[in-house]
Amino acid sequence: MKQLLIISGKGGTGKTTIAGAFIKLLQAKAYADCDVDAPNLHLISNHTVTEERKDYFGLPKAHIDINLCIECGLCEESCRFDAIHHGQRYYIDSYACEGCGVCKYVCPTGAISLREQRAGELMLYRNNAVFSTAQLEMGNGTSGMLVSEVKKQMKESAADDVGVAIIDGSPGIGCPVIASLSGVDLALIVAEPSISGINDMQRIIETARQFGTKLAVCVNKYDTNLKNTQTIEEFCKDSEIIFVGKIPYDKKAVTAINDGKSIVDIDCPAGIAVKKVFDNTIKIIGKL
Amino acid sequence: MANKKIAILSGKGGTGKTLVSVNLAAAEGNSYYVDCDVEEPNGHLFFKPKIIKKKDIFVKIPNIDNSLCSGCRECVEFCKFNALAYGRQVIVFEEVCHSCGGCMLVCPTKAISEKDKKIGVIEEGVSDEVKTISGIMNTGEVSGVPIIKELLNIIKDVEGLVFIDCPPGSACVVMESVKDADYCILVAEPTVFGAHNLAMVHRLVSLFGKKCGVVLNKCETGFNPSEDFCIKNNIEILARVPFDNDLGSLNSEGKIAVRENYKNKDLFYSLLSTVKEAVK
Amino acid sequence: MRIAIPVNEKDLKSGVCPSFGRAPYYLIYETNDKTSIFLDNIAAQSAGGAGIKAAQLLLDNEVKVIIAPRYGENAAKVLVDANVIVYRNIDGSAEDNIKAYENKKLDILADIHPGHHNHGK
Repeated sequence: MKQLLIISGKGGTGKTTIAGAFIKLLQAKAYADCDVDAPNLHLISNHTVTEERKDYFGLPKAHIDINLCIECGLCEESCRFDAIHHGQRYYIDSYACEGCGVCKYVCPTGAISLREQRAGELMLYRNNAVFSTAQLEMGNGTSGMLVSEVKKQMKESAADDVGVAIIDGSPGIGCPVIASLSGVDLALIVAEPSISGINDMQRIIETARQFGTKLAVCVNKYDTNLKNTQTIEEFCKDSEIIFVGKIPYDKKAVTAINDGKSIVDIDCPAGIAVKKVFDNTIKIIGKL
Repeated sequence: MANKKIAILSGKGGTGKTLVSVNLAAAEGNSYYVDCDVEEPNGHLFFKPKIIKKKDIFVKIPNIDNSLCSGCRECVEFCKFNALAYGRQVIVFEEVCHSCGGCMLVCPTKAISEKDKKIGVIEEGVSDEVKTISGIMNTGEVSGVPIIKELLNIIKDVEGLVFIDCPPGSACVVMESVKDADYCILVAEPTVFGAHNLAMVHRLVSLFGKKCGVVLNKCETGFNPSEDFCIKNNIEILARVPFDNDLGSLNSEGKIAVRENYKNKDLFYSLLSTVKEAVK
Repeated sequence: MRIAIPVNEKDLKSGVCPSFGRAPYYLIYETNDKTSIFLDNIAAQSAGGAGIKAAQLLLDNEVKVIIAPRYGENAAKVLVDANVIVYRNIDGSAEDNIKAYENKKLDILADIHPGHHNHGK
């Protein structure tokens, strides 16, 4: 099974819209939403089956047993994450707690233990295709680990004859993106032709390169700035990154998405353009 | 004017957080613009500030003195993040280390001390009357939280309005950015994705008891799922920014609408008044 | 001398697991008396640094040779420090790979990937 990851650096460039189109065009038998922070792919994937849900536990977090606590304050002093406070009693801010165990170590009475804490939920939709997704409880860390779980769930549930799996990634360049990059065969970067978009695209390319991932770039909403689109095309040529095409800004695309459809389900310029981008991208994967 | 922190967040990326924060700061003039989206900071591309101060941001990483190490492996066993291993000596894995200081504490021979690892930089600058403070994380680093903590520390007690441009999503970096906010502006776009993520960040700011209002961006005629969400949940709509090619072009070129010849700049001045009323 | 192979099932006929750090089990084969045991990979549940913990687990079980399809630079650091040799596996079961090793048909695994950094943050 080959894996195609769709990422962007900047948010709002159209990853999920394009992922949805690719899934439709490919008739993908396996796909995943690795934007566990703000998953959106399920809103257009039209699954009629009920999903299987599984709790996700991140790192265990500290917990103070007030019956054993003598309020010496050593825990608060030693915590590097500002996760222990005291009012009427000493308590842990579980959003700030990183589960390092230092407070448990320094506590003279053994009042602190590390407890499993539900940090989110994994969902799996299964019929003739498998769709793996998750939602991280807000404020949590360990998004990287949950991303790995989403991919693992997809790989384990996918049929043996899946050719290409499509993975919708998240914005940014941090841990969840790094975790999504792991083991993928090709990362397609969806760029936006704005100053911010170009800047962010360069940073995600720099990040992905550190992990040795093969890259391709497409420009979405290209006609909002032709000059910047050209800048991106030239950048790709100079950096030896394959440019797989451009998609125009299309109001009909918004209507399709709001109706829970993909842009290739309706007749629109964006749909026609994304098909070309898709063909070029699949050609690259075929050669890998 | 008293210190008031206004966080601008969205859940979904690309809805217009930076557009709103940059223009509000520019409209106010003598104010602060803080870029907490340290993974992909964009505000400086609009302000093009004159940088007056740079500060490297470090985290602490264990440093092993092998001459003191007895090979007991207490540190390896203690580390919850698998950042230490023992082959023929202790090996430290810097990028997995969370800087908790635990290994240093448990070492019976005091063989572990700490050294600094740079993860990014904070740049302070000025652009006309606006004071800009941007955090930039080095690529390859996994978390910008230490940079955000320092950004918020810098503006903690400053005079005047502070506009905090937050990262997308709702994970720990966002929480860190809104922690001390006096008011939250949620920016939403008229798509189902936008509405879905708006619901998510609204839950987050409510959890923290933050007063908030919504700016509906890229508005057009027709059903707006984000507007619908606000109405159904009694959330104040602060402004409706219409979808406008001119605004889009200016933004795409890295220009600040209120500083240009933009026909609708009143919109941002209006929004600024509304927000100032809300934080009184 | 002990050889370790990441495997999908607790069976000599099992296929070799494509992941080193997050394989469900390791086959530990003792060449002296040709016995096998299977270790549960406690590193697989790690938020991060799985390769590091997995390498440590194998070192602590006195493994001197590993046969795997790939491993990351973090695991490499640990293994190199302890002079463990890693060979690239051939297609086939764990059993096939043991035979290939004994017949000196395996190549050293030189392809170390940059690591996945999917840890708890």
